[in-house]
Formats: sequence, structure tokens, C-alpha cells
Amino acid sequence: MEILLVIIIGMLYGSGIYMMLRRSLVKLIIGLILISHGVNILIFLVGGIVKGHPPIIDGSLQVLTDIYADPIPQALILTAIVISFGLQSFAIILIKRTYKIVKTDDLDELNPQGEEI
Amino acid sequence: MSNPFIVLPVILQLATAIIMIFFWGKIAIQKVLSLLSGVVNLGIAIWLFGLVWRDGIQVMHAGGWEAPFGITFVADVFSALMVLLTAICGIAVSQYSSGSIRDKLMKFGFYPIFHFLLMGLNGGFLTGDIFNLYVWFEVIIISSFVLITLGGEKIQIEGAVKYVTMNLLASIIFLTAIALLYGLTGSLNMADLSLKVAEVNNQKLVNVTAVLFFIGFGIKSAIFPLYFWLPASYHAPPPAVSAIFAGLLTKVGIYAILRIFTLIFVPDEFMRELIGWVAVMTIVTGALGAITEFNLREIFSYLIICHIGFMIAGLGIYTEIALVGVIFYLIHDIIVKTNLYLMAGLIYKIKGTYNIKRLGGFYKSYPKLTLLMAIPLFSLVGVPPLSGFWAKIFLIEGGFAAQQYIMVLAIILGSLITLIIVAKIWAEVFWKESVELPKRDYIKYFHELTPKKQYAIVMPILALSMVSLFIGFGAEYVIRVSQQIAGDLVNTSYYIEAVLGIQNKPAP
Repeated sequence: MEILLVIIIGMLYGSGIYMMLRRSLVKLIIGLILISHGVNILIFLVGGIVKGHPPIIDGSLQVLTDIYADPIPQALILTAIVISFGLQSFAIILIKRTYKIVKTDDLDELNPQGEEI
Repeated sequence: MSNPFIVLPVILQLATAIIMIFFWGKIAIQKVLSLLSGVVNLGIAIWLFGLVWRDGIQVMHAGGWEAPFGITFVADVFSALMVLLTAICGIAVSQYSSGSIRDKLMKFGFYPIFHFLLMGLNGGFLTGDIFNLYVWFEVIIISSFVLITLGGEKIQIEGAVKYVTMNLLASIIFLTAIALLYGLTGSLNMADLSLKVAEVNNQKLVNVTAVLFFIGFGIKSAIFPLYFWLPASYHAPPPAVSAIFAGLLTKVGIYAILRIFTLIFVPDEFMRELIGWVAVMTIVTGALGAITEFNLREIFSYLIICHIGFMIAGLGIYTEIALVGVIFYLIHDIIVKTNLYLMAGLIYKIKGTYNIKRLGGFYKSYPKLTLLMAIPLFSLVGVPPLSGFWAKIFLIEGGFAAQQYIMVLAIILGSLITLIIVAKIWAEVFWKESVELPKRDYIKYFHELTPKKQYAIVMPILALSMVSLFIGFGAEYVIRVSQQIAGDLVNTSYYIEAVLGIQNKPAP
């Protein structure tokens, strides 16, 4: 199971970085979105994949002896998803505004330095 | 020592921002609230610094959960100092912006977002948990995204696209590094990580994680070869916004690098080589980039990069004297860079252009302002007895003691090129004969502003220059603070003991 997740993470990172290096504004955002999916699944993977055990222990036990699922990566992933959702929505609106002003999707048309004022 | 009041700076800024949202659009009330909040924040920051200096490291365990299971907020001298510097720069920039930014732009919610930015900064400096640091970094960057696109004109949108992309990439790399670190050690608490990282079997993967952290924070603090977003975006927003970015946002990256590489990963031979070479290249390319520019704010952007290189060089040397130099340089640089950008904004308001080839005659028309502006410019160069001099002395001394001659050479070269650039600015902007500049109708010139707004623009520059003079002339106090911080960074057992309690102290 882990090897499948590793391959998926690798593909997400690779395709995300490939899309970020394209010349189009929209593909840039798609690339960022793909990479952040990759990071979320990476956090899931490093927390340890445990099948069939809940992340809680019996109330009567003081010390943990049985196998349990780690609850912390779930919290980390949720936080990361919510944060990246907010950032992506801002980035998408920024791209919409950029397209309205620059009138092209081509990143090379963006002015590289500030205009002489 | 456990003290629940150390998060007061964060809560104050949050409360200010929320109250201001209720007054959306009513700029006059927001300005008064901002001034009030700035003064109270400064008072709390001074109290916190005094408390930590006297009583030692203060911690707060959020929700009552013991470390390392819960999130801890730690105020040691380094954190309290950064909160104090944030408070000083925050009140200066908020007052400056009340005079300089047009009311039309203020109505887009400048003040609430500005206070959210300050809240993120305070939270980032006070946290003791690495994922919490990520969350505060995200708060900082989303507020900075809004501020950098304030106004929505073409230059700003173009600069914003580059800024947004690089910062999102930096966050993702940072999060990858946190994921790997959690997978290796099973903990997120910085003090606990400091103990657990040494016990990991696979030290090569630990090195990989350290380099990923360095890259993630390096994008934010603009080191070579990751700094290209900075000159492309810092000249776009209004001067007040550039000032807070230049003064504090890159320094958050430096603070994080210092924390991670003294507390969690102690750099070995390879890391120190890497950091050293990155620092040398940052200094050289930043300085050379600044020589070629003619836009005042672009010059200052490249100088930010060059001086970030100084601080990274001190970290690469990694002796206690060099760390004293880094901390002193950090203190000096935050104040001076904020002041420089505010000053550039004032010149723009008076003359109408940033292009130094077309500026001139400033000394003849405004001699007192020229004297005021001389203080940050000469501090930047390192003229004794101003603040830059002491910082560079410690860095060079540390470099000689550790026999890192290439880094000393790079520091001296960077200082020399800074001197050339400041001399060029001085000659072009202040001494040269002035030419008649065309009057542009979209700028509200300085002489058209009400006296209250004119004072609001000049007073922060005066105040920050006074702080620079204090750092320079009262250097012995700042040196004592820096030595205390450098000692705490090298000898991390006090930090770990304060967070985790006596029983978990590492073996001496």
C-alpha cells in the first residue's frame, strides 16, 4: 500500500512542477494545486498507514499497548487543506484580474521589471 | 516559567483587526484605532521583553496540554526582541500609511489586513511548535498578498503574480519538510524535536530534511539563487507596504532559519559549507544587482538581498561571536530597511519620481530632511558610530576567529559596494542640481497634503532614525542583548528545559 502512495505522491509532485514551469497563467495555478495535493498525501503517508484501527484507545487503559492510527497527521492534513484552499482561491482571483489587465494568458508578456517612472 | 500572558501581542492585534472590520470604510476611526493599538502593542512588547530579560524563558502551553503533546508558545529573549522590533516597525508604518496612502485605497480594508499581518508576525515569533510556525507563516503571506495587490493597477498585479507564486511554492516546500520531519521523529514541538533528531537512525534523510527547510525558508528570506521574486515585486506596492515587507517579512525567514538550525538541526560540515557559499553568492549578486539599477526602490530591494547575505554568512560561520553579529545585524537591518523604504516614499511624494537620474537638488531645497535621511543611509553603509558598524565588526571578527577568510572577504566586498551605491544615491538625489520634473496628476504631492498628514509621514522616519541612533550610540546595551541571545542559541538546554520541564533535560 505504501508503494502505491509513494508513486502517487511522486506523480503529483512531478506533474505539479511540470505544470508550474509552463508559460500559461492557468497552468501555473493548476501546478500549484497538484503540488499541494502531493504534500497532503505525503503527510498522510509519513504518519504511518494503519489498516482497521481507529485513532482512539479504550477509556480504561492508561498506557497504549495496541496498534492505533496516528491522529496527528489527520489534523495536519486538514489544516493544510484549508489553508491551501484559501490561498488557491486568492490566486485564482488574482489570475482572473491579471488576465483582465494584461489581456493575455502568456506569462512571458508580464513586464519583467518595473516601468521607468 | 509558565505565563499565559505572553500571547498578548497576538490577541491584541487580532482584536484590533476584528474591531476595525466592524468599521469597514470609516477610515478616520480606523486610523485612531490603529494608533491606539500600536501604542498598546509597543507597551506590551516592552513589558514582555523586560519580563523575559529578568525572569528567564516564559512558556505557555495552549489548552493546558503538556509539551510535547500540545502546542507551546515560548518567549525567550530572541522571540521577545523580535516582537519588540515588530511593534516598533508596526506603529511607524501604520502612522506613515495614514499620511501617505490615498483614502480610496484605504477603503479596501488596508488597516484590518495590516493588523492581521502584524498578528501573524507576532504569532510566528512566539510559537514553539513547527506546524504552528507554518500556520503563522500562512497568515503572514495571505495578508501580504492582499497588501501587495492594493490598488489593482498593472504594475501591482504583475509584481503580485510573481510574489504569490514564489511564496506558495515556499510554503509547499516548508510543509514537505515538516512532513518528512514528523515521519522521522514523531513530534512537532521544537524543543522535543531538538532531542529526537539526534536519535534518528537515518541521518542522511535528516540532512535532506534540513536542506528542504533551508530552501523553504530561503525563498522567503531571499537568498541566492531563490531571491528573484524580490526585485520583481517589492517596487510595486505603495511605499508603506514595501516598508513593512522589507523590514519584517524577509527577517521572519531569517528568524526561522536561525531557530531551526540552532535548535533542531545543528549544521555539520556539509551544511556549513553550503550555507557559507550561499551567503557569499547572495552578497555578491545582491550588491552587483544594486549597482545596475536606477529606480530607488529597486536599488533598496537588491540591498535587502545583499544584507540578508551578511546574516546568512554569520550563520555559516556558526561560532558564538558570529551569531552575536547576526543578531545585531538583524536588529540594525530591520530598523534601517523599514526606514529606507519610508524615506524613498517621502522622496517620491515630494519630487514625483523614483528614478535617481531625474532626481536632484534635495539638499538645497530640504536641508533638514536631508540630514534626517542621512542617518539610515550612513547606518546602512556602516559608518561608525552608527548601528551598521558594530554589526559588521562582530561578523568580521567571528569570520577571522573561525578562519573563514572567503566569507570575511565577501562581507568586506559587500560593504564596499554598499558604500559605492549609497554614495551614488547621495550624489544623484541630494547633491546634484535639480531638474524641472513634469507634474503628474495622479500623485498627491507632499506640499498638497494637510499638515497633519505631512507630520504623519515625517514623524515615523524621525522615530526610526532615533531608534537607529540609539542602537548605534547605545551599542553596549544592544551588544549585551545580542550576546545573551547568541549564548541561548548555542546552548539550547535552557530552551528545552523551559519547555519540557526538568526531567527531560538533555545529558550535558
